[in-house]
Amino acid sequence: MHGSAFAGWLDQQTGRIMLLPAVLILLAFAIFPLILSAYLSTVRFALAPGGFKITFIGWQNFKRLVVGAQQYHFLGTFKPLGALLWIIFAILILALLFWLFRNLGSAGASVSGLLGRLITATLLAALALLVLATIFAGGVPGTLVNTLFYVAVGVTLQFLLGLGLALLCARPIRGRNFFRVVFFIPLIVTPVGIAYTFRMLADMQKGPFAPISRFLGFGEWAWATDPWSARMIVLVGDTWQWTPFMFIVLLAAVESRPYDQVEAASIDGAGPWQIFRHITWPAIAPVGATVVLIRLIEAFKIVDLPNVLTNGGPGLATESMTLHAFIAWRTQDLGGSAAIGYILLFVSTITCVSFFHYAVRRARKHQR
Amino acid sequence: MTDAPPRPRSRKLFERKALGGQSPVAQALTYGALIVWTLIVLVPLYWVLATSLKIRIDVDSGPFYIPFVDYTPTIENWRYIFVDLGRDTLRPYMNSVVVALASTVLAVFFGSLAAYALVRLTFQVKIAAIATFILLLAATIAAVVLFSVPWHVALGVAAALFLLFLGTLARRFKRALGNNDIEFWMISNRIMPPVVAVLPIYLMFQKLHLLDTQIALIATYTAVNLPIVVWLTRDFFAAIPYELEESAQIDGASKFRIFFTIALPLTRAGLVATFLLVLILAWNEYLLALFLSNAKAQTMPILVSAQNGTRGPEWGYMSVLIVIMIAPVVAITVALQKQIARGLLVGAMKG
Repeated sequence: MHGSAFAGWLDQQTGRIMLLPAVLILLAFAIFPLILSAYLSTVRFALAPGGFKITFIGWQNFKRLVVGAQQYHFLGTFKPLGALLWIIFAILILALLFWLFRNLGSAGASVSGLLGRLITATLLAALALLVLATIFAGGVPGTLVNTLFYVAVGVTLQFLLGLGLALLCARPIRGRNFFRVVFFIPLIVTPVGIAYTFRMLADMQKGPFAPISRFLGFGEWAWATDPWSARMIVLVGDTWQWTPFMFIVLLAAVESRPYDQVEAASIDGAGPWQIFRHITWPAIAPVGATVVLIRLIEAFKIVDLPNVLTNGGPGLATESMTLHAFIAWRTQDLGGSAAIGYILLFVSTITCVSFFHYAVRRARKHQR
Repeated sequence: MTDAPPRPRSRKLFERKALGGQSPVAQALTYGALIVWTLIVLVPLYWVLATSLKIRIDVDSGPFYIPFVDYTPTIENWRYIFVDLGRDTLRPYMNSVVVALASTVLAVFFGSLAAYALVRLTFQVKIAAIATFILLLAATIAAVVLFSVPWHVALGVAAALFLLFLGTLARRFKRALGNNDIEFWMISNRIMPPVVAVLPIYLMFQKLHLLDTQIALIATYTAVNLPIVVWLTRDFFAAIPYELEESAQIDGASKFRIFFTIALPLTRAGLVATFLLVLILAWNEYLLALFLSNAKAQTMPILVSAQNGTRGPEWGYMSVLIVIMIAPVVAITVALQKQIARGLLVGAMKG
């Protein structure tokens, strides 16, 4: 039976046959689109009688976003930096340079390592300048800055809240399973549903918090007309959804910390802060860094909440990059849409790879 | 040892009862914080449920909080959504069910197959072959879009050239990628924001006349969730003792047979966790459905987000839709929270 040549051949090829479907699916839905998208980002797409017309325009789509007509939309509107902001920026540059050169002298210095650091430092400096010139200097942030805001502030907030809840839930308390199940729920609620729910909750005319708002003297204050309050609502919805993810993973990490050490420290009279600083934090740091990385990857993709909750508005105050790309697509600007997608790919990949190298790896190394 | 200042009067209140225990004040604060967060989680959900039972006047002249106390609950909205709209609600719902289930089954099947192969067998992929493949793919795309060669012809020529290369020149090259590289490549696809890939996918389905069909959504969701399945299940397979499979192999069982009769049953718990996680992701997906579906293949998130119509959202109807959209996933979570959390933990806790 299995002596036949065909069966033998088949058994030899088993590995390839098992792997092939997955590889083909990814080729068709990831690699092929990635290449075609790179091409699309260099063309102008126009509807023409009986179909569409594609014209090659090189870097024009990117140029339009970064320095051209779409700059206000993508990067934002800049204001000149004041003296204080220049000082802040200079300090940041000095810190980055210090970081670059400190590693040059060490034993592990290598060309690729330096190159990686240079890329990270350049991106960081450019984004910092962008944030300073838009948010802090009183300009108007574009979709890139909005996305960075959701990613940076959102992920930090979610990590801190998740960690706090995990530390509370790891204490000897009653009803732990109840809290665990309830705290988990927001993670799996459909984001579109969350968006509308928070829109109802934030309604200061007929929402549940309207009486409180009136009592505090805000009256029927429309949060959707102010850029920052609109951004905050999106952030609140995002945090409501994603804190559980941090919580559930960090709780498992906190629970698996070396309990005998906690006990010994406790007998020696160490306070809760000392126990956290010297036992809990080192034990959970590797897992903590990993969840932040996973969350970073997903956070850059944010689109449902801003689209449904605020329609990207007021103006473009809450518009994320993915939403920007969608709007460009809807207005037949395929080239622009692909260009935004590609910039998002670069920014998120460099951020995530940098975070992996300089945070996740370090956290894991310290553990050993 | 401890240098805390003595607290004469309230000493009892702040004293720990036993090692690992807490003082009553600390305990009260802990419960207080946990209950506050419980409310933060539950109030939004309660508000949706409450609003789904309000008629329009009760929504607009509100806020009213508790049914039977400050407003009279009615099933009017529910009747409208299920009876008056009937098929318009049911069709997206069935689309969501079909697309989520089918894509999850496919992703878990193909993903675990690949993960198992990556754990148990060794692969060598020549770098030269990959480079040739990408070059040919780019050339194919260029031929189709620039020189308007029919796509089947271009694809056929490229495939033939590639096979020719594999059979001849490829033997001369030595450098190859191993299992870890393949695995990393598969998982790293998750980093890619879907908006980068969705335009070409849209054009591809347009060419195939599959836009706005369940097939397009199922295929795309399968691809998007495949990396997660590979990432999670490889650890489950790696944890099975190899001796079991070895003895089956000596008895003459094929690798497929070992996979289906030994590996899959032994990792059942892990597969269930993966399945649930991917199912929820597919159920909640929004962006891809926004691009790829229109009316026929519309899923629930698209139906709900489209309620923002000309007159602004009708909160009552909207709430019913949200409730029926999130009820299944919330029910699954409450019933099987441990299993789902397990899937998350395997992913995040690995070193």
